[in-house]
Amino acid sequence: MTPLLQVKNVTKKFGGLTANNDVTFDVAEGEILSVIGPNGAGKSTLFKMISSFMSTTSGEVFYKGEKISNNKPHIIAQKGVVRTFQETTIFKSMTVRESVVVAQHLRATASLPGYFFGTKAAHHDEESFGRNADELLEFLGMGEIRNELASNLPQGNLRALGIAIGLATDPKVLLLDEPFAGMNHDETTKMVELVRSVRDEKGVTVMLVEHDMPAVMSISDRIVVLNFGEKIAEGTPLEIQNNERVIEAYLGSADDEIGM
Amino acid sequence: MFKNVTSKQWLGLAAFLLAIFVAVPMFIAATGRTDFYFTLTMVALLSIASGGVWLTFYIGRINIGQGAFGLIGAYASAVMITTFDVNFWLALPIAGLFAALVAVLIGLPILRLRGVYFAMITLVLTEVVKLTSLALDITNGARGITNIPRPDALSIFGVTIIPDFATMANPKLGFYYLACLLMVLAFAALYRIVNSRLGHLCRSMQQNEELASSIGVNISHIRLIVFAISSFFGGIGGAMVASLTQSVYPNTFQVKDSVDFMLNVFLGGLGYVFGPMLGTLTIYFGWDLLFFFGKWQLLIYSTLLIILMLILPNGILSLRLKKPGSDVAKAADAAGLALKEGK
Ligand SMILES: Nc1ncnc2c1ncn2[C@@H]1O[C@H](COP(=O)(O)OP(=O)(O)OP(=O)(O)O)[C@@H](O)[C@H]1O
Ligand SMILES: [Mg+2]
Repeated sequence: MTPLLQVKNVTKKFGGLTANNDVTFDVAEGEILSVIGPNGAGKSTLFKMISSFMSTTSGEVFYKGEKISNNKPHIIAQKGVVRTFQETTIFKSMTVRESVVVAQHLRATASLPGYFFGTKAAHHDEESFGRNADELLEFLGMGEIRNELASNLPQGNLRALGIAIGLATDPKVLLLDEPFAGMNHDETTKMVELVRSVRDEKGVTVMLVEHDMPAVMSISDRIVVLNFGEKIAEGTPLEIQNNERVIEAYLGSADDEIGM
Repeated sequence: MFKNVTSKQWLGLAAFLLAIFVAVPMFIAATGRTDFYFTLTMVALLSIASGGVWLTFYIGRINIGQGAFGLIGAYASAVMITTFDVNFWLALPIAGLFAALVAVLIGLPILRLRGVYFAMITLVLTEVVKLTSLALDITNGARGITNIPRPDALSIFGVTIIPDFATMANPKLGFYYLACLLMVLAFAALYRIVNSRLGHLCRSMQQNEELASSIGVNISHIRLIVFAISSFFGGIGGAMVASLTQSVYPNTFQVKDSVDFMLNVFLGGLGYVFGPMLGTLTIYFGWDLLFFFGKWQLLIYSTLLIILMLILPNGILSLRLKKPGSDVAKAADAAGLALKEGK
C-alpha cells in the first residue's frame, strides 16, 4: 500500500541558508506524526512546502501518489491537505462561528450564482454549514464562545480557533504548526485529547510541529526529528527518546529542552 | 433571498422607492422643473457605475478606472445599435458583459497588484480606452457616435412591456424610470452579493489572505469575478448614458469621471452598500450648486470634499449610529482594512 503522504528528497534554500536538506519520510493514513527539532530547524518551512504555501528548491511531496508540492495552496487545500499557522492567523472581524462557517465553503453544493439567487441547494448548504459549525465547536469545547469576535479571544482560544477552521474544511491530512503553543498544562492536555479524537472519530491524518515534548511523546504514533534542516531521526516516541543523535541535537541547542 | 432584511429596512426601502418613483415625478410635475429629470437620471446611472467601484473596495482594491468601463459600455452599445442594428434591450446587457470581459483580460495581470500600484494602473485605463476610441474606425474617432436612436419597444412573446421611447409623450420621464429601475436592481444585486457566499469569501480574503487560501479560497479567481461584476456595472452605466444623451465621444468619460466614481464611494461610505448612491447624489448636486461661485467653484468644491472626508472618514452614512458587530460595522472594518493594507 502506498503511504498517504510522501515527502521525497525535499530541499529548501533561502539564498545561502538551507532550511531543509534532502528530507524524506512517509506518513501513513490515520497516523499522528510529529515533526520536532530545535528553533530554526526548518519544521514550519517543511509544512509550508507540503501545503504548497512555499515551493521546494528540489524534491517533491506526494499525496495519494499525486504530486502536490509546488502547486497553489488553495488547490492543495481542495485536495484535503490543510495547514494551520504557527502565528496567530484569524479572520479578525468574524465571529468564531462565522469563521467556521466560511471555512466549509469547499463543501458547497450550490454555485456562487445559486447562493446569489438563494436556491434550494444554497439554503440547504447554509443550514448544514451552520449545523456542522455548531457541532464542531461543541466537539472542540468552544460552544460557549461561538458568537465572540475572533479578535477578542484570548491566546489559548485563538489556537483552538485555528484548528477549528482547519477542521471545518473537512481535511484528510491536517498539518498543525505548534497547536499547543501559548496553552497552559490543562488546556494542552485537553487539546491533546481533542487532536486524538479528531484522528479517531473523523479519521483525519494529523501531522504536527510542537515544542511541548510531553505532549508530543504522548500524542504521536511516530516522530520525525529535524536539525539544521536535516532529518536526523525517525521512529516511535520511545525510539526517539533513546536516540543518541536526537539527545545530542537537543543538548547542543541552548534554548530547547527535550523534557524526557 | 432577503430573509435577513429587518422590517425596519423593508420600510426604509419602501419609502425610498416611493420617493424616487412617485414623489420625485410629482414634485417635478408640480414645479415644472423638467430639467431635473436629466440630472436625476444621470445621478442614477452614475451611481450604478459607482456601485461597481464600491464592490472593488470589497476585494481591497482602489479602482480609479471605472470611466474606462463606462466608455467601453457606451461604445459597445452605440456600435451595436447604430452599426449592427441590434435592439437596445439586447445591446444593453451585451455592453455590460463586454465591459466585464475586458475587465477579465485586464484584471488577469493587474489584480495581482495592490494598493497604490493597482490604483495607478487603473488611473491610466480611462486614458487608454479614450485613445483607443480615437484611433479605431468603428468608434468613429474624435467625432464619436451621434444620433443614437432611443430605446425601441421591449416586447417579450409579443407583449409590449416597455413602449418605444421615440413614441413616448415624455421620454425624459421614461429614461428616469428606467434609470431608477436599473439602479434599484443594481443595488439589490450588490446587497445580495455581499450577503451571500461571494461576499463572505471576499471578507475572508480581505481579513486574511493566507488563512483564506489555507481553507481553499481561490483568491485570484474571486478577485477576477468581483472586478468583472464591478466593470459590468460600469458598462451598463456607460451604455445607458450613451442612450440618454444619444451620443458617445472619446471624452464622454474622462479621468476626472473615474476619480469622481471613486470619490462618490468614499463620500457615501465604504461600509455601506447604498453609500455610492448618496455619494453620487451629493457630489453631482454639490458641484452644480457651487456653479454660483464661478471661477472659485473647483477650489471650494475640493476644499469641501477634503473637509468632509476629514470629519467623516467613514462616509456620510456613518452619521447613522452603527452598532458594533452589525453587518455594516463589519463591512466598514473590512473596507478600512483594505485601505490600511493598501501599501
Ligand atoms: N521566508 C524566509 N526567508 C528566509 N529565511 C527563512 C524564511 N522562512 C524561514 N527562514 C529561515 O529558515 C530556517 C527555518 O525556519 P523555520 O521557520 O522552518 O523553522 P522552525 O523549525 O519552524 O522554527 P521554530 O521552531 O522557531 O518555529 C530559519 O533559519 C529561518 O530563519
Ligand atoms: Mg516554526
